[in-house]
Amino acid sequence: MRARRTDGIVRASGPGARLLRVLLFVVLGLFCLYYLFPLFVMVSTSVKSLAEIREGSFLALPRAISFEAWAKAWGSACVGVRCDGLQPYFMNSVMMAVPAVLLSTLLGALNGYALTKWRFPGADIVFALMLFGAFIPFQVVLLPMARTLGQLGLAGTVPGLILVHTVYGLAFTTLFFRNFFIGVSDGIVNAAKVDGAGFFGIFFRIVLPMSLPAIVVTVIWQFTQIWNDFLFGVSFTVGDSNPVTVALNNVVNTSTGVKEYNVDMAAAIIAGLPTLLVYVVAGAYFVRGLSAGAVKG
Amino acid sequence: MLRAMSRTIERRLPLIVVSPLFAVSLFFVYGFIAWTIWISFTKSGVMPVYDFHGLAQYERLWATPRWYVALKNLFVFSGLFIAISMGLGILLAILLDQRIRIEGAIRTIYLYPMALSFIVTGTVWKWILNPGLGIEKVMRDWGFEGFTFDWLVNPDFAIYTIVIAGVWQSSGYAMALFLAGLRSVDDEVLKAAAIDGAGPWRVYTGIVLPSLRPVFLSVVIILAHLAIKSFDLVVALTGGGPGFATDMPATFMYAFAFQRSELGVAAASAVMMLATVCAIIVPYLYSELRGARR
Amino acid sequence: MFRYRTVTPLVAAAGLAFSGAAQAGGTVEVLHWWTSGGEARAVGELKNSFEAEGGTWIDSPIAGGGGDAAMTALRARVVAGNPPAAVQLKGPGIQEWAEQGALADVEDVAGAEGWDAVLPPVLAAIMKHDGKYVAAPVNIHRVDWIWANPEVLARAGIEAMPTTWDEFNAAADALLAAGITPLAHGGQPWQDATIFENVVLGVGGADFFRAALVDLDQDALNSPTMVAAFDQLRRMRGYVDPNFSGRDWNLATAMVMNGEAAFQIMGDWAKGEFLAAGKVPGEDFLCAPTPGNGFVLNSDSFTFFKVSGEDNIAGQKLLASLIMSPGFQATFNLAKGSIPARTDVPLEAFDACAQRSHDDLLKATEANALVPSMAHEMAISRSVRGEFLDLVTEFFNSNMSSEDAAGRLAAAVKRAM
Repeated sequence: MRARRTDGIVRASGPGARLLRVLLFVVLGLFCLYYLFPLFVMVSTSVKSLAEIREGSFLALPRAISFEAWAKAWGSACVGVRCDGLQPYFMNSVMMAVPAVLLSTLLGALNGYALTKWRFPGADIVFALMLFGAFIPFQVVLLPMARTLGQLGLAGTVPGLILVHTVYGLAFTTLFFRNFFIGVSDGIVNAAKVDGAGFFGIFFRIVLPMSLPAIVVTVIWQFTQIWNDFLFGVSFTVGDSNPVTVALNNVVNTSTGVKEYNVDMAAAIIAGLPTLLVYVVAGAYFVRGLSAGAVKG
Repeated sequence: MLRAMSRTIERRLPLIVVSPLFAVSLFFVYGFIAWTIWISFTKSGVMPVYDFHGLAQYERLWATPRWYVALKNLFVFSGLFIAISMGLGILLAILLDQRIRIEGAIRTIYLYPMALSFIVTGTVWKWILNPGLGIEKVMRDWGFEGFTFDWLVNPDFAIYTIVIAGVWQSSGYAMALFLAGLRSVDDEVLKAAAIDGAGPWRVYTGIVLPSLRPVFLSVVIILAHLAIKSFDLVVALTGGGPGFATDMPATFMYAFAFQRSELGVAAASAVMMLATVCAIIVPYLYSELRGARR
Repeated sequence: MFRYRTVTPLVAAAGLAFSGAAQAGGTVEVLHWWTSGGEARAVGELKNSFEAEGGTWIDSPIAGGGGDAAMTALRARVVAGNPPAAVQLKGPGIQEWAEQGALADVEDVAGAEGWDAVLPPVLAAIMKHDGKYVAAPVNIHRVDWIWANPEVLARAGIEAMPTTWDEFNAAADALLAAGITPLAHGGQPWQDATIFENVVLGVGGADFFRAALVDLDQDALNSPTMVAAFDQLRRMRGYVDPNFSGRDWNLATAMVMNGEAAFQIMGDWAKGEFLAAGKVPGEDFLCAPTPGNGFVLNSDSFTFFKVSGEDNIAGQKLLASLIMSPGFQATFNLAKGSIPARTDVPLEAFDACAQRSHDDLLKATEANALVPSMAHEMAISRSVRGEFLDLVTEFFNSNMSSEDAAGRLAAAVKRAM
C-alpha cells in the first residue's frame, strides 16, 4: 500500500524506497504462490506414479517424471464401458464451443451497436430486460429449456447445445459491447451516416474493426463459460456427444478400488488446457480490453 | 416511392435487428421465469403438472430446516466471498500498478483460476483441504503433531472452505477489473496531486479510489451473481456435506428438483432465489440506465 | 449357460451372412451410473451379450452421486421427448415414471418367456405397472451385510463375526484399543442411511422396520425403539475415521481390503469390489449379515422408456429378453456381487456369500422378515426418502440427541407425505 506510484515526474529514490520495492515483490510473490499452489499440485501429481503418490506428501516434487497418466487420461481411461479416454469428448467440446462463442459474440456486438449508435425509443428498457438474463440461475431454466429443445427437434444434439449457450450468453455479450460502444465517440458513426453508409455497412467496416478490445474480452469470457459448462452438457447431450466436462466427471468418479489420482489430475488439466491457453495468450489484451471500457458502469 | 420505402426500412433496421434477439431473450428468460413461478403454485412432483394448488409448496419450503441452512450459508458465503475477493482484488491491483516489469506474468498467474472450472479444480482443492491427505497431514508429517485443519469435514466450518476456494477462483478477476479501472484514471490529476505534495496514501484514498466507484459497482454485481449461482463450487468440493452443512439455494433447488422429484418445492425455492437476484440487480440496472442517459 | 460366448465366434465366422442381424438386433441407448470396477464389468457383460446378438449398444454413463446426475439428465431427456431406451431405474421410481405415461411395456417378451413363473412375487410387483412389465430386474442385492478383513480382526483378537450389535460394539472397542479404525465408511447421505436402516432392522426387528421405514407409521417413527436405533448409530459414529466425509463407498471397501479398517457395513456390491481385486471370500475377506435375522432387499433393474422407430423398439425388446436370460443373470451377478433375480438359476458357480444370501432370502420370505430397502429406493418415494437421508446425515454429522432425531424424523416424514 505504501509503495510509491512512480508516474514519470515523481521518482522514488533512496534506501527506503528500495526496501519498499523489495517488500512489494515479496508480497506479490507470496500471492503468486497462493494462486499457483493448486496448479502445482495438479501438475506434479499427474506426472507421479501411483506408488509415489501413496507414499509421499502431495507437496513433494516428483522423483521421476512419467507421462503415463497423461496418455491414459487422453486415450484409454474408462468412461463407463467405453475406454477411449477424454479424446473423443474433447472434440465434442470444440465443435460446440467454437460456433457458440462466435455466434454469441457477433450477435452481442450487433446488439450493443444498435442499442448505442442507433438509439431508438425504449432502447434502455430493452437493454435492461436483456441484461437480467445474465443473472438467472441456470438450474431454473433446465426443464423448460429441455421442453423447448424437444419441440424444436434439437434435443440431444450439438446444435441444440449451441443454441442454449448462445441464448444465455447474449446477455453478457450485449453488456460488454454496449459498455464499450458507449465510450466510442458518436462522431465517426455520424460522419459515416452523413456519407450515406447504412446500418450494416457502418457496423462491418467501421465499428467492428475498432472494437477489438471488446471482442477479446467477450470471446475470453464466453469461451471460458461455455467450455467449462457442466450442467447444460450433462442435461442436453447424449452419451457419445457429451462435452469434455461431463467425461471428466465420469473419469474422476469412476474408480476400480484404487483411486488413480494421477490420471484424475492429468484428465483435469487436459480438460482445462484450452481455457488456460486462452488466458495465457490473450490475458494481456484482457486487461487492456477491460480498461477500454468493456465492463465499466 | 421505392426509395422512400427503403429509407424507412433503413431507419427501422436497428429495431429490426434487435427485435428478434430481444424476443428470444424474452422467451428464454421471462417465459421460463413465468413457467417456474407457475410451477411453484402447483403440485408438481416427478414431472410438471399445471393445476393450481395454492401456496402449499411455499409453506413446505419454509418449514424445511435444510432451506434455512441453505439461506444462512448463502449470506455467510456471499458476505465473506465478496468482501475478501474485493479486498484482495483492489490490493493486488494497486500493488501491480507500481510499474512492475514482469507485470504480465504475475497478472496471468492471478487471473488463471478464472479460466478453470470447478469440475477441474474441485478435485485438487478437496485433496488439499482433506485432513487425511492434504495440509493437515503434511504439517503433521513435518512434526507439528497437534496441527489441525479439518474445516472440510467439520460441519461448522465447511462453508469457509468454500469461501477459500471461491476467493481463489474469483479474486483475480476482481483484480483485473480494478487494474483496468486504475489504468483509466487520468494521469494529469495524479501528477497535479503529486506536485501539490500529496503522499501516496492520500493520492489513493483521496483521488484514485473514489474515482473507481463505477468499477466497485461492477465488481460487486459480478461477484454477487457468482455467489448466488455458486453450484459447481459446492458440488465439486463438498457435495453439500458434511450432512447438508454446505447446502446453498442453488444446490437445494437442484436436489429437490432432480434427486427428490419435488419440482414444486424446487420451483418455490427458485422463485425465492430470483427475488433475491432482483433485489440486487434492479438497483444496479437503475443506476446503469441513469448513467447512460447522462 | 453362457449363450453369447458360443454366438460370438459364429458371428465372426458367418461374416456378411449375419449382416442382417444388426437390423434384427436393433439399437438401444442405456443410461446408467455403473462406473466402478465390478459394476462397470457387469455392464460390460450386458453390452457384449447385446452386441453378440447383433445389436448396437449406445452407452450413456453418467457417474457420480449415486445416480443423481443421471436422474437430472433423464428428466431433461424425457421432457424433451428424447428418452433413452433403457434406464437403470428401480423401486417406486418405476411407478412414478409409469404414472407419467413415460414407460413402454415389454409384456409380449415377458409373457412369451414366462417371467411371472421365475421371479419372486414381491419383485415382480415392483416391475409391473397396470399388470404389465415395464422393467426387468437384473439382480437381488442384500443390503444388510458386514464385510471384514480377517487379518485385521485377528490383530485385535476378534475370532468371530458379530451377531448382535452389542458384540459389534465390543469388537469395535477392541479394535479402537488396538489402534485400528473399526468401521470403514463414506460420509455420503445414502451411505449414512444404509447403516441406519441396518441398525433399525437389528434394533427393532423386521416388523418395526416395516412400520417405520415402509409404512411410515408416525408412532413407530417417534418411538423408544427408534431412539434406541439412533443411540446405536451415534455409537457407530465413534468407530469411523476422521476423514470419512464425502468418501466413495468403494474407497471405503478398499480400506477394508488394504487392512486400514476392519469392518464395512454395505450391500453386496461391495463384494464385487473384493472380487474385482482378486480377493477370495472366506480367506481374504469375511461376510456376515448384520444383526436382526432379516433380509433388506435391493434390486437393480432396467426400466424401459417409450421410444419411437422400429430399430429402437427391436433393441429394447432384445435387451429385455437378454436381461432375463438365465445365462446373463449368472454372468452379470458373478461380476456384480449380487444373486440372480430369477430364482431358477443354479448357484454352483457362486461363492459362499452369495449362496448364504440366497438361503437367507428364502428363509426370510417364509418368516416374513424380507423388507425392502429404504436407503436404496425400494420402499418409499424419493421425496420421503430424501427427508430420511437429510435427517440421518444431519444426525450423523452433528450432536443432535437421539430423542430429537426421532421427533424431527417423524415431523419431516409427515411434511413430505
